[in-house]
Amino acid sequence: MDAIPSLPRPVPPANLAFQLLPRQGECVINASSPPLAVELHGITKRFPGVVANKDIAISVRKGTVHALIGENGAGKSTLMKILYGMQKPDEGTIAIDGEQVSFNNPGEAIARGIGMVHQHFMLADNLTVLENVVLGGEKLYGIGGKARKKIMEISDAYGLGVRPDALIEDLGVADRQRVEILKVLYRGAKTLILDEPTAVLVPQEVDALFDNLRELKAEGLTVIFISHKLGEVLKVADDITVIRRGTTVGTADPKTATTKQLAELMVGTELPSPETRESTVTTTPMLKVENLTVAESGTVTTPETSTPVLGDSDTDLREAPVAGRLLLDGIGFTIHKGEILGIAGVEGNGQTELIEALMGMITPDAGVITLDGADITKMPVRKRREGGIGYIPEDRHRHGLLLESPLWENRILGHVTERPNSKGGILDPKAARKDTERIVREYDVRTPGIDVTAASLSGGNQQKLIVGREMSHNPKFLIAAHPTRGVDVGAQAQIWDAIREARREGLAVLLISADLDELIGLSDTLRVIYRGRLVADADPATITPEELGTAMTGAASGHLEAHDDSSAGVDGDTTEDEAR
Amino acid sequence: MKKFDKDRLLLAAAGPVLALVSALVLTMIVLAASGVDPIDPLRIMIEQAGYEDIQVLIINQAGIYFLAALAVAIGFRMNLFNIGVDGQYRLAAMVSAVVGASVSLPGPLHVLLIVLVAMATGAFWSGIAGVLKARRGVSEVVSTIMLNAIATSLIAWLILPKNLGVQPAGSNDLTTGDIPESGWFPALSLSGGDIYGFTFVAFVLGVVYWFVLNRTRFGFDLRASGASESAAQASGVEPKKMIMTAMLISGAVAGLTGMPLLLGESHTYNLSFPLGVGFTGITVALLGRNNPIGIFFSAFLIAFIDKASAGLDTEGYAKEIGTIMQGLIVIAVVVSYELVRRYGIRRQQQKVGEELAAGHALKTDNKEVAA
Repeated sequence: MDAIPSLPRPVPPANLAFQLLPRQGECVINASSPPLAVELHGITKRFPGVVANKDIAISVRKGTVHALIGENGAGKSTLMKILYGMQKPDEGTIAIDGEQVSFNNPGEAIARGIGMVHQHFMLADNLTVLENVVLGGEKLYGIGGKARKKIMEISDAYGLGVRPDALIEDLGVADRQRVEILKVLYRGAKTLILDEPTAVLVPQEVDALFDNLRELKAEGLTVIFISHKLGEVLKVADDITVIRRGTTVGTADPKTATTKQLAELMVGTELPSPETRESTVTTTPMLKVENLTVAESGTVTTPETSTPVLGDSDTDLREAPVAGRLLLDGIGFTIHKGEILGIAGVEGNGQTELIEALMGMITPDAGVITLDGADITKMPVRKRREGGIGYIPEDRHRHGLLLESPLWENRILGHVTERPNSKGGILDPKAARKDTERIVREYDVRTPGIDVTAASLSGGNQQKLIVGREMSHNPKFLIAAHPTRGVDVGAQAQIWDAIREARREGLAVLLISADLDELIGLSDTLRVIYRGRLVADADPATITPEELGTAMTGAASGHLEAHDDSSAGVDGDTTEDEAR
Repeated sequence: MKKFDKDRLLLAAAGPVLALVSALVLTMIVLAASGVDPIDPLRIMIEQAGYEDIQVLIINQAGIYFLAALAVAIGFRMNLFNIGVDGQYRLAAMVSAVVGASVSLPGPLHVLLIVLVAMATGAFWSGIAGVLKARRGVSEVVSTIMLNAIATSLIAWLILPKNLGVQPAGSNDLTTGDIPESGWFPALSLSGGDIYGFTFVAFVLGVVYWFVLNRTRFGFDLRASGASESAAQASGVEPKKMIMTAMLISGAVAGLTGMPLLLGESHTYNLSFPLGVGFTGITVALLGRNNPIGIFFSAFLIAFIDKASAGLDTEGYAKEIGTIMQGLIVIAVVVSYELVRRYGIRRQQQKVGEELAAGHALKTDNKEVAA
């Protein structure tokens, strides 16, 4: 087994494609280059306990797409918040079009032609595109015909294809993103900051976005593109700046650099890969799910003629579901011992409900769940956990941790009835603390002690604690929802290792992830979830992320054959109609 | 990690100290602003506390507040705000007084019966709010406030002579009849007066409260629910069951609040049974940070303000100065605790960051992962 380096090591600057930045960031790219749209110099920003940005220097040429890459937590977002006026740097200067500026709030940045498209869209769902665009910018072109004309003008000029009267709630993710971009352009932005714009898109939508970006560039606008997806960066960027641990470590030319070189520069060490080497799949079924159906509660979409069948909904705090949309529709699958089943899908297509139904946090309307031969459909959460279900939640702050409690109490969470945490109803803090220390040691949780609160750890270390906790009770079946989201690369490799290790010993894993590389690399079997149904399956050995992406939009179903254009076997139902 | 423990202790003390000091300063400002000498009333209050009979009053009152505050604190620990302790306590005192007066049992059994009836009544009354919350999602704040009002009317009706009440000859008062001596709780006689025996039961309950909360599975589930409802649910706590259980226990303890007075002095429920004890309990629980030791001291402090300020009248000052002090303490407590809490979190993150940067992490680099 490879020893995982605990600390990123500096990478020897051997690659010709990179110019390592001089200390003060004097980075003359080209003597005859056009004027710089944005120039950041010696930017330093400290937060309590950490230096988020340290002596950062970036020069963005006008009319280019400039990519800013770095792993999670490297300081990209902080830097952009500084440029957008949301935060003030402790040191350093910002120059826009060669003129030194200082922003106190985003308003001042917007006035200087800086616009930001946030990773999480800030749109009002129940308003139209037009209303959303003019909201807060009423003074620019009014709210009527003039505004509409301006929107169409911008939309046509950059090929955004926006319909001003469409309701936001009817739009897909990619369309919403274009509305966000239009909103920024409407306010007169000359430099656009896009914060991880591709995180929510499937590969086809990413290509469309890149076409839009090229249009913007052709019209003389400047785009700053934040990402950690290297393939995309090489495709679209004109210049690349790499940030590692809060400081700029180099620039690269996308024409000559490779993803591998970029990754090593970004991480400062060799890239881990999620690949699962040998198959450990057995024929013993561990988890069997049949016809699992969950209806949305509260909303009535279609008037039902008969009263829906409901249990005396004693076990749910909410109102009983009444004839709602189906969030999970006849889901069925089997996971064998030693198998990792990956579920691909755009977020919000039923993954959360699937997890909650498997954990017992919501009561399914129909279906049977069998764990290791025992019917657990009606079992409460605690019994399921005791029965061997481990749970790495998708939102660790909401479902996995007590943030203001010490680590050793967090080690008890979810396993309070099990040893070593308690004996016969009475807690055993001494044993729990001792075991917490073991987890901290074995899973490399970086902490000064087990009495600090969970909130004071970084995301990766919090996640390692959760993984360690769940693995400590010898689960038979593990639900891993986005196990490496928001986790630094070092921790990522460790978490992958932990899952692989347990799989070798016969653990069945349900892996849900938005990271397609992780899904393909780690899974033994792949299924695609779309609008609450499992619409397709694929072999991770042959499938490409692009093909998987197609299925995720509902455009393909059935068994996905690799490298076959007519792969989408229509399975004769409504999925095709619903596809965008 | 001794350092973090010491830190936490310091921070835990910082909140109350900050709150009390600022409340004291604010009181003096209020006094000065209303044209009263800001120091003299405080001096008189401290002087009052020197008398033995006042000391006994303070101890007895502190026991009552301690129970009320425990009832509130149980709810607080899982983010339930039981404002209905006052109604639960009065109804429980009334019903148990009626039962106590109507039966005749050998000593300890009689007392036990009264106590159990009081707990059951309190639990029943708070349980209504529990059911509403668990089944219908009704905020317990709203329902318990309303139940307080309903309890007041219900008691007023029940205590009418045509129902359960008794009007002693030659008196305007209405009572529930006298509990026979077998239902009295023995007291500790001092030269300043009698200390209710039930006061000691109250303090023992504080120990039980600590043990249940910190050393049992149930207590862990309860605290987890209070810290993060979603995380608790994912950990296997059934939220509805937890709401019900916490409400019932809180109500049962609230039912005990009237016991020191009923079993130790009045031996009947009458119109002059104190009102608002449950609300003072909220102040005490807040000031004591839901911690039994904290509640113990704050119960004494509030009881001191209560009993010592009563003597201000005779010296030409308004005794409502005590009420103003209590009010200011509530405000100061809420503000200063939140300030200290935020500071604490920030400070710890900073410290952890520093420690890790300095390479003092628990582990060393030569360990392999999860092997």
